[in-house]
Amino acid sequence: MSPQLEILLIACATAAACAIPGCFLVLRRLSLMSDAISHAILLGIVGGYLLAGRLDSPLLIIGAALTGVLTVGLTESLVQTRRVREDAAIGLVFPLLFSLAVILIARFADQVHLDTDAVLLGELAFAPFNRWQAGGLDLGPVSLWVMGGLLLLNLLLLFTFYKEAKLSTFDPALCAALGFSPLLLAYGLMSVVSLTSVGAFDAVGSILVVALMVAPPAAAQLLCERLEHMLAISVAIGCAAALSGFYLARLLDSSIAGSMAVMCGVLFLLAWLLAPQRGVLASLALRQQQRWDFAGRVLCIHLLQHEGTPEELSESAVQHMGEGLDWSPAFSSEALAHAQDAGLLVRRGDLLELTELGRETARETLGRA
Amino acid sequence: MGKRLADPAGPGGGGKAAPALEVEDLTVAYNEKPVLWDVDLSVPPGVLLAVVGPNGAGKTTLIRSVLGLLQPVAGKVRIFGRSLAEARQRVGYLPQRGSVDWDFPTTVLDTVMMGTYGQLGWLRRPGRREREAAMEALSRCNMADFAGRQISRLSGGQQQRVFLARALVQQADLYLMDEPFAAVDATTERAIVDVLRELRSQGRTLLVVHHDLETLNEYFDWVLLINVRRIALGPVSEVLTSENLRLTYGGRAAFLSVEGSRGAAADDPPAAPGGGIEA
Repeated sequence: MSPQLEILLIACATAAACAIPGCFLVLRRLSLMSDAISHAILLGIVGGYLLAGRLDSPLLIIGAALTGVLTVGLTESLVQTRRVREDAAIGLVFPLLFSLAVILIARFADQVHLDTDAVLLGELAFAPFNRWQAGGLDLGPVSLWVMGGLLLLNLLLLFTFYKEAKLSTFDPALCAALGFSPLLLAYGLMSVVSLTSVGAFDAVGSILVVALMVAPPAAAQLLCERLEHMLAISVAIGCAAALSGFYLARLLDSSIAGSMAVMCGVLFLLAWLLAPQRGVLASLALRQQQRWDFAGRVLCIHLLQHEGTPEELSESAVQHMGEGLDWSPAFSSEALAHAQDAGLLVRRGDLLELTELGRETARETLGRA
Repeated sequence: MGKRLADPAGPGGGGKAAPALEVEDLTVAYNEKPVLWDVDLSVPPGVLLAVVGPNGAGKTTLIRSVLGLLQPVAGKVRIFGRSLAEARQRVGYLPQRGSVDWDFPTTVLDTVMMGTYGQLGWLRRPGRREREAAMEALSRCNMADFAGRQISRLSGGQQQRVFLARALVQQADLYLMDEPFAAVDATTERAIVDVLRELRSQGRTLLVVHHDLETLNEYFDWVLLINVRRIALGPVSEVLTSENLRLTYGGRAAFLSVEGSRGAAADDPPAAPGGGIEA
């Protein structure tokens, strides 16, 4: 495998592994928890290093996963006291844990490669250099194994606990009433977020971990109406951001992780603008359509009220239409055009005449009111 | 059903059918402030009971405590003579509509199927049987045509009916329903009442948080008047007196009892014990 292909595979595995727990974080309105966890785990990594005395000990990963869960536990306990709200509690806990880690690194571990810059941004470009070798055999980059393993684990957990995860996210009260434990499920999810963050931040840095956990699910939620689809689409969007980010980085000769995070934002923006039903453009178009639809109804009622009355001739003249309704000339000619297109009225010389559909519409609108 | 309802009440039950719900000395507090204070209840099986009281009276808290969603300061809850853990599969829950996020990516059918998850337990997946049960429940609530629709694209009344269908598939003997009539139109209210009556006629017991005193007599057999303490519990015609309403709602009671067109007898205190409010 070429280094480039390896980087792309690592990035896609990371994107997919992050998107799965990310969907549940976004739906639980706990997106910021990914930010908190992916920073706070540094404390566990430093603690693991200080205990083990080396960088490749599994103690680092165990410590990191534990601090991830500790972050959630501390945040929840703060919220339980009812003195601070969830967002403030998150903002209180993780900077504390992260800065403790920074102090510990500066005090006890500044001679080793535990660089805070690398923690935040990661360096995907170097991932292919750290290889797994067994008995003189090259088994590929360690990051690929780690992220591939985490992706498999997340998929396995998702298939096993899909029903429970969905119920506890949508309606925790019913979940508890039916005899499940929403608390256990919440901590399970947070453990998955922690483990995934630990694996991912080594390869891509914590900023990209946050971007990959939040942006693809948030974009996918705008595009679909079922949780299964949201999960699949967010994995696809995550991979698309990873691939396009890689080529953007090559084009700009810049940080790979940074470019991927930017592409996460770009893809979210596209979904936000262009989503077929929930996108900004779609709702603008819908509002515009409703406006002309309503104006058409007003026109029909106006014409119907004056049908067969002495003022009919003056009230249904095209040029007086706007005056009676107090519409600007531009608006009334536009409204007339839309109403004619909709087949509500026809123009006979200077006069407007309701069609049968127009009469029907007017009566139906009046009846509804 | 009948056999299950006739479960012995356990020691001291004397062979009589156990109450569907028995609450003893229930006290619940948030931050040392009591929301429910020493509440005792005994609800016989097969009644359609309205839980009535002003805002903040502890109606939702009562339901959540019975379901074990809250840790009470003190008190004991028995369901058909058993503990909640033993009787959990016989209890159905319909939460307030506002308690969930209706933008959640799920369809009407999937939402109703969630009601079957309790019988499935951990790990087992819903299959064809659960799907059919959910479709049948949707039909009973006149919502079958909406099965494939995403839940945010429903009106408030339709959402309430989805919750009712989800409660139906729970196949419970005791239902706890938190404001199923909140903000629904007349058609939906009718449809919900029909389903509640059908459930009662099958011998099930229903506790329903309700706000409209005018329809109490028409819709319900029993009423629990509550305001932090239990004010009264019993058949609507016996319990719905102006005195009890005043105890429940404070100063507004006069207004409330006059409002009910059939409240004339209840305005007369001496008639209260036996007469009550007649339909």
